[in-house]
Amino acid sequence: MSTAPPDADELDRRVDAFLDAHDPAATEPLEFLRARFDAGLAWVHYPEGLGGLGAPRALQPAVDRRFAKAGAPTNQPERNGIGLGMAAPTILAFGTEEQKRRFLRPLWTGEEIWCQLFSEPGAGSDLAALGTRAVRDGDGWVVNGQKVWTSMAHEARWAILVTRTDPDVPKHRGMTYFVCDMTAPGVEVRPLRQITGEAEFNEVFLTDVRIPDTDRLGDVGQGWQVSTTTLMNERVAIGGAAAPRESGMIGVVAALWRDRPELRTPGAHDALLRLWVETEAARLTGARLRQQLTAGQPGPEGSGAKLAFARLNQEVSGLELELLGEDGLRYDDWTMRRPSEVDFTRRSPGYRYLRAKGNSIEGGTSEILRNIIAERVLGLPGEIRVDKDVPWKDLPK
Amino acid sequence: MSDLLYSEIENDLRAGVRDLLDDRAPWTSVLAGTEKDEPYDAALWRAVAGQLGCAGLPVPEDLGGAGATWRETAVVMEELGRAVAPVPFLGSAVVATAALLAAGERDLLARLAAGEGVAVLAVPFSTPPGGPVPAVQAKDGALTGEVTSVADGLAADVLLVPAADGLYAVDASEARRTAVTSLDMTRRLADIAFSGVPARRVAEGPDAVRAGLLAGAAMLASEQLGTAERCLETTVEYLKTRYQFGRPVGSYQGLKHRLADLWTSITQARAVARHAASCLAAADPDTEIAVAVAQAHCSAVAVKAAEECVQMHGGIGFTWEHPAHLYLKRAKSASIALGSPDRHRAALAVLVDLPPA
Repeated sequence: MSTAPPDADELDRRVDAFLDAHDPAATEPLEFLRARFDAGLAWVHYPEGLGGLGAPRALQPAVDRRFAKAGAPTNQPERNGIGLGMAAPTILAFGTEEQKRRFLRPLWTGEEIWCQLFSEPGAGSDLAALGTRAVRDGDGWVVNGQKVWTSMAHEARWAILVTRTDPDVPKHRGMTYFVCDMTAPGVEVRPLRQITGEAEFNEVFLTDVRIPDTDRLGDVGQGWQVSTTTLMNERVAIGGAAAPRESGMIGVVAALWRDRPELRTPGAHDALLRLWVETEAARLTGARLRQQLTAGQPGPEGSGAKLAFARLNQEVSGLELELLGEDGLRYDDWTMRRPSEVDFTRRSPGYRYLRAKGNSIEGGTSEILRNIIAERVLGLPGEIRVDKDVPWKDLPK
Repeated sequence: MSDLLYSEIENDLRAGVRDLLDDRAPWTSVLAGTEKDEPYDAALWRAVAGQLGCAGLPVPEDLGGAGATWRETAVVMEELGRAVAPVPFLGSAVVATAALLAAGERDLLARLAAGEGVAVLAVPFSTPPGGPVPAVQAKDGALTGEVTSVADGLAADVLLVPAADGLYAVDASEARRTAVTSLDMTRRLADIAFSGVPARRVAEGPDAVRAGLLAGAAMLASEQLGTAERCLETTVEYLKTRYQFGRPVGSYQGLKHRLADLWTSITQARAVARHAASCLAAADPDTEIAVAVAQAHCSAVAVKAAEECVQMHGGIGFTWEHPAHLYLKRAKSASIALGSPDRHRAALAVLVDLPPA
């Protein structure tokens, strides 16, 4: 019964037909989004019945543009980055049919926000060392442990959670992946204040949290493979945003340079031009990466893009502060706030400088990314692994 | 946004050029060539320009060329850069060809496109697009003056000489040419003197010279990309086989992280070089910015790659018997050629309105 997936023209027709039947101005936004999901126009590369039509992923931007042009409500993807970018592809890859049907629709519409319970105080770059325990108890599991660096935990309805279920085998083998109800008893979210003064992130304490076995994603002991799927999608999401020339931080500094001639020095001019060139090179590299993805030739360039982006953000924001001189000594606000998204351009230069320090840590440190490039792209020998064959419980902690 | 990928035709072209260079220009023969009197590898040049037809790629078919674009030429440049091939391709098939295309000249252009001659622009190899050129005097159809450090000046049959009122073509054998001991002996320089040499004017004004140098700078970025890639590959292969302290030296993070950074810079070099080539091919209004970005970036990347290649090979990398020095000399010379990175950044300051202090 399955027919060939729709091409670009067919998708245009379906969007137009959908808009005819659901006037964006007259339809309640949530109702509109649910209907869009049910029509397979949410993420067209997903399977039919799960918000998609099995079409090529490259056709999605044109669909989004067509909806935007018609003034359609969006699912506010910036509020649910973890859900859309990481939880959804993982659920699609490892979830049961029931799980896919239960979770993907409210995830896509934004009715349910997701967060990620991965990192722990003792398991950062070495995620597979994590110690949050899940112990079998009847038809479910009891979870105890502490997670950290959880953005949106205070607004999330669900989490993707990776746990230790077998401490007696080497670390990569004894892990199991769940979805966790953030409203369940025993889930406690505490703000984690950063060097910027605000608390984008949280610590999440899990105390005797009961998770039904039906909320397990993948097999018992398969948690590492499932997590790898999640993390691969994270790197694509972070490195790949489209951008016109002089967008982002370099645009801020270039505008400052043009507006304030009294700040200019020869050394800063040289530094600015170097960073301008590097930013433009990074932008074109991102454009080339997207062209590769669209042409169905994904390359490993994404890891490099994230490395470059982190370094440039740090150097450009550092230059901005220095260029400002006296004004660079001032900071806008140390009050602990709870932002729901990171916006580099709306806050002060001092904030940009400090927040950019996180760019080389979050989503894989720059050092880990260099290891990945050296080993997986260049094929250089791996690091010596002293923990490879040691049961998790015997590892030094 | 321009197309930054490679087409199937471009990939086929690359394979053909690489096969030829692997066969006819292994680094051992390139090295041996640097100690010979012949200023370039004439047999290799005939094969690349004539047999493979690479010299006429950007020239329209009705002018005797292949009717392709600078994008395909850029792919050839990548391969020539990988091999540090001692042929006057950049000078003749890029700079002189672009200058003649801009000038609307036909006869010499057709000869160059067919690989039947070598012409080079008689300016110091360090001249950036739009930069000042030596004052050769033109009087009654004859040229008098001197130009130093002309790349492939000894390989040329025809010299294209900028003078105050335009661009002149002269028979190279009429000029007095002196070989220069060059940092890069795979692309040798010559000092050239003209004393009342008969000349034919092929273009009025400075536009043809500027067009030639702009195309040269754009295509040089692709050559630098090729050189950088070869350096990285050579180094990675060596680090997998060289053992010290009982481990392959490529297992040390101190080296791996540097190579990961170099790889990242090279992926960027590919994007900016492809963008510059695409802009040049399409006569895009963004071309000058794209070329300045490509030169500022790719020059530095190729030098870094060659320097890391020497360093990570340790003692063997410092010897005459290893190719690393060929890459280093090519990369450093190429970074100065057609404008140093700093000069291209200075050009950008004007182009993108970031004025100096």
